[in-house]
Amino acid sequence: MSELIYKSAAQLSESLAKKEVSAREVTQAHLDQITKVDKAVHAFLYVDTEGALAQADQVDAARAKGENLGPLAGVPLALKDILAQEGIPTTCGSKILEGWRPPYSATVVKKLRAAGVVILGKTNMDEFAMGSSTENSAFGTTQNPWDLTRIPGGSGGGSAAALAAFEAPLAIGSDTGGSIRQPAAVTGTVGVKPTYGGVSRYGVIAYSSSLDQVGPCARTVLDTALLHEVIAGHDDYDATSINAPTPPVVAAAKRADVKGMKIGVIKELSGDGYESGVSERFEESLEILRSQGATIEMVSCPNFDYGLAAYYLIAPSEASSNLARFDAMRYGLRVGDDGSRSAEEVMSMTRAAGFGREVKRRIILGTYALSAGYYDAYYGSAQKVRTLITQDFAKAFSSVDVLVSPTTPTVAFPIGAKSNDPVAMYLSDVATIPVNLAGVAAMSLPAGLSEGLPVGFQIIAPAMKDDRLYQVGAALERELAAKWGGVLTTKAPKLNSSAGA
Amino acid sequence: MSRISNEEVARIAQLARLELSANEIAELAGELEAILGAVARVQEVAKSDVLPTSHPLALVNVVRPDVVRPSLTPESALSGAPASEEDRFRVPQILGEEA
Amino acid sequence: MLTYDEIIEKYEPALGLEVHVELGTKTKMFCGCPTEFGAEPNTQVCPVCLGMPGALPFVNERAIESTILIGLALNCSIAPMSRFARKNYFYPDMPKNFQISQYDEPICTDGYLDVEYETPEGMKTFRIEIERVHMEEDTGKSLHVGGATGRIHGAEYSLLDYNRAGIPLVEIVTKTVLGTERYAPQIAKAYVKELRDILRALGVSDVKMEQGSLRCDANISLSPRGSGKLGTRSETKNVNSLRSVERAITSEMHRHAQRLEAGERVVQETRHFQEDSGTTRSGRSKEQAEDYRYFPEPDLLPVAPSAEWIEQLRAQLPERPSAHRARLQQLWQVPDKEMAAMINAGVVGIVEETVAEGADPTKARTWWLGEISRLANEREVEVAEMPITPKDVAEIIALVAVGELTDKLARQVVEGVIAGEGNPKEVIAARGIKVVSDEGELIAAIERAIAAQPETAQKVRDGNIPAAGALIGAVMKDTKGQADAARVRELLLGLLA
Repeated sequence: MSELIYKSAAQLSESLAKKEVSAREVTQAHLDQITKVDKAVHAFLYVDTEGALAQADQVDAARAKGENLGPLAGVPLALKDILAQEGIPTTCGSKILEGWRPPYSATVVKKLRAAGVVILGKTNMDEFAMGSSTENSAFGTTQNPWDLTRIPGGSGGGSAAALAAFEAPLAIGSDTGGSIRQPAAVTGTVGVKPTYGGVSRYGVIAYSSSLDQVGPCARTVLDTALLHEVIAGHDDYDATSINAPTPPVVAAAKRADVKGMKIGVIKELSGDGYESGVSERFEESLEILRSQGATIEMVSCPNFDYGLAAYYLIAPSEASSNLARFDAMRYGLRVGDDGSRSAEEVMSMTRAAGFGREVKRRIILGTYALSAGYYDAYYGSAQKVRTLITQDFAKAFSSVDVLVSPTTPTVAFPIGAKSNDPVAMYLSDVATIPVNLAGVAAMSLPAGLSEGLPVGFQIIAPAMKDDRLYQVGAALERELAAKWGGVLTTKAPKLNSSAGA
Repeated sequence: MSRISNEEVARIAQLARLELSANEIAELAGELEAILGAVARVQEVAKSDVLPTSHPLALVNVVRPDVVRPSLTPESALSGAPASEEDRFRVPQILGEEA
Repeated sequence: MLTYDEIIEKYEPALGLEVHVELGTKTKMFCGCPTEFGAEPNTQVCPVCLGMPGALPFVNERAIESTILIGLALNCSIAPMSRFARKNYFYPDMPKNFQISQYDEPICTDGYLDVEYETPEGMKTFRIEIERVHMEEDTGKSLHVGGATGRIHGAEYSLLDYNRAGIPLVEIVTKTVLGTERYAPQIAKAYVKELRDILRALGVSDVKMEQGSLRCDANISLSPRGSGKLGTRSETKNVNSLRSVERAITSEMHRHAQRLEAGERVVQETRHFQEDSGTTRSGRSKEQAEDYRYFPEPDLLPVAPSAEWIEQLRAQLPERPSAHRARLQQLWQVPDKEMAAMINAGVVGIVEETVAEGADPTKARTWWLGEISRLANEREVEVAEMPITPKDVAEIIALVAVGELTDKLARQVVEGVIAGEGNPKEVIAARGIKVVSDEGELIAAIERAIAAQPETAQKVRDGNIPAAGALIGAVMKDTKGQADAARVRELLLGLLA
């Protein structure tokens, strides 16, 4: 039965459909794996053992009755703790929400439940999605299953680590500046940030509203596509969600053919700062795509050089406003209410006690950037850079079908290596950020290893053309998997319960 | 761009309802200055003829009909409240003007 | 202390009026919670209007429609593209600690409203220019508990009910209003009243000032004549009735003048109007303007009403109240001065409703402008607020017309209705009001009066007709006022001829 945890979601789906195995067995196998390895990995903040088994039983009962079930019914999934799940602790990686059980569920959670997906629990993340290493979690960091002394990426390190540690075949993450893709890159898994508006944000705790997007994560491109189709779609509760059919991502993943496609390499996302191993794996992947019939050309997106700066103005500004609601009045932590203090004082004390360093830093930065006299110079200017970056993408896409780059300049760095240097930490997102600023779609999939650690390959598609990600990604993956004897995670260390932190 | 003073950080912290120690204020002042120094380059390309983007989507008029949707029960609404009384959220005394 | 005339001689008043209207939509501005007034606390709330983590706003179409109607009625331009913005500040009655409002791209701009006000030279018209009309959301309600006077340790706290949070609000802001001179208070009142009437006619709000669905903040400043500069303004909140608008502005003009005369600065601040004293009290100081850090609301898309839609709405506008009034004046053949009096007393609509119930226009006017206005003044309330309806008045008028009531008795019935004794029929039954029309009874009462006052009777016989008054009075007393005084007089004189 422990074999089950190494299967892909697609394989599990087939076994479940053929009744070779029950949803309960599949779920139990993964819960056992969590018990075995999560002390070392710390991917999960909350494991909903009872709930997951109950969900699995429901699926088994429905299948026994002969009901028509979707492809992912009975397949387990790890949910980033940024999504509200009714009655289940939702912390967003922060002390200020410790113990909070939402009275409602995110639309994505409802869709997953309706599809019969079994939600195992909530995964660790940088507090309020602010970070690139999961070291900013108020509940301790997550370890990278490839090397437990290294970061799993962030902000969605928990979801990515859960996949790489075989604790779940599927996971949900959120991506504002790379928080799905960068962890995917450093853990050797697949992660997609859909077109902005492609997946509902209702019930997703907001970090930077105009950049946030929830997305599918898995160990294979096809699994990611299957999950993408379950969670995507218009939502009557999210005014920013797209009212159009979801791009045909599963079909594209199955097609996996790049013959005749034009692929653009972004000049600005290379060079200094990119480790040689990262660049080499990237070039090798380009070779594979070339050999599969794609044409590769160089494109220049000059305004991408301003992307990082624009992001670190826009995101903290929106966040400073989004996080104002955490004020000890209606939910969450309350500190200092001894009867002698005013509401204002209790608010300030609670926020000081409940927010971590990085969150406070970004709130101060954001509040400053929006304040009177500074708006035009900072936030206003950053919004203009967005326009320029969008134009760069539009121009590039007029001559190519997809754009590519390394996902992140380095492999997983050691825990603690960058935690005292915020600006250095921010550089992890230099290649992923422009995507969020323009609202287009992007994927990271494994390109290989460098010194034993995973390297990610990023594919970027125009808005609403998410299927192209899967078409190109699946083609590349097929070739690489053939080379490796399986997808990259088959090479991941098999953790055992004696593995130390 | 001028130096970020401690007083400035303290003012911002007040606006953001964040109680900070003197140490924290001094540290943040330094960090803020470094970060702003790095991000200020957005001004280099933010010409007056460039329009700002507030939304990646080019949508307008996304509205819903004036029809009732389900509400929460008071129990649900108050379930996470630090304090409540008679179906209302109980909060410490509010300074400032009367409603 | 300067007199009002002296104040006007030395200073020029400048006004700014901000009116907030709570729209009467079925659901809130950004979520589908109901908006019923008076519901149990926190029964009309959801993750959105509670500002819960992860919740998102979604605009109410009817709210946009209502706002455009208001803008059109106020002769505004409707913006081809307008945006929502976040106004960031912390307050426990505001769940997100920002209010979704509009900032530099409001939906309606640059309108005007002509209002009529009374002067010794007759009714005049003043044009108030409207700066903008925009949409925003209301806050929750806080109930202050404990600690009456002094700080009782641990006893003070507040209870929050968020039923009202998120209800659509429309804010109407005037440009700085100059040139009102001595009529500043009246013009301000007339403006709010006219606005209220328009909003009611549009059907977008129930505009009950006493329930808070229409709120007025009055800004006033005085500038020494010839100085060429505007004075420092103060903002007065808690102005809960039309009468208070007038009183608040008058009071502030006096207060500003007093300070200026004493060589003191007028502090830029928010003040609260006190109903009982008719003066204002200092509230929060606005010396340091709050930094709201406005930025475009990322969770909502811009509003771009099509030209077709705007024209459709324009076609739906009801007759402007002033045009309506002009038409009624023509129809009822009312002289200008009387029409002015009716407008001033705010009874035009109510008279119209009374006429609609079948009453004669002249009689209706007489009652509302006369007796009922008098009683309203005594109680210091608006005529429209008196607890007697057009239907009641129409009924009473009808009863007088058929002789079942005399004018005098009718007044008793009016009093009874206003006192809450019921509708006219109920009051008549309860009080046993009845015109004594039986001639036999009348003659008997007259004979009793004559017998009781023989000398007076003799005077009348001798030609002193006015002396009959005492006898008539006695008969009226005898019949508990239920006799028709005119008939009594006729019969009496006949008997004493």
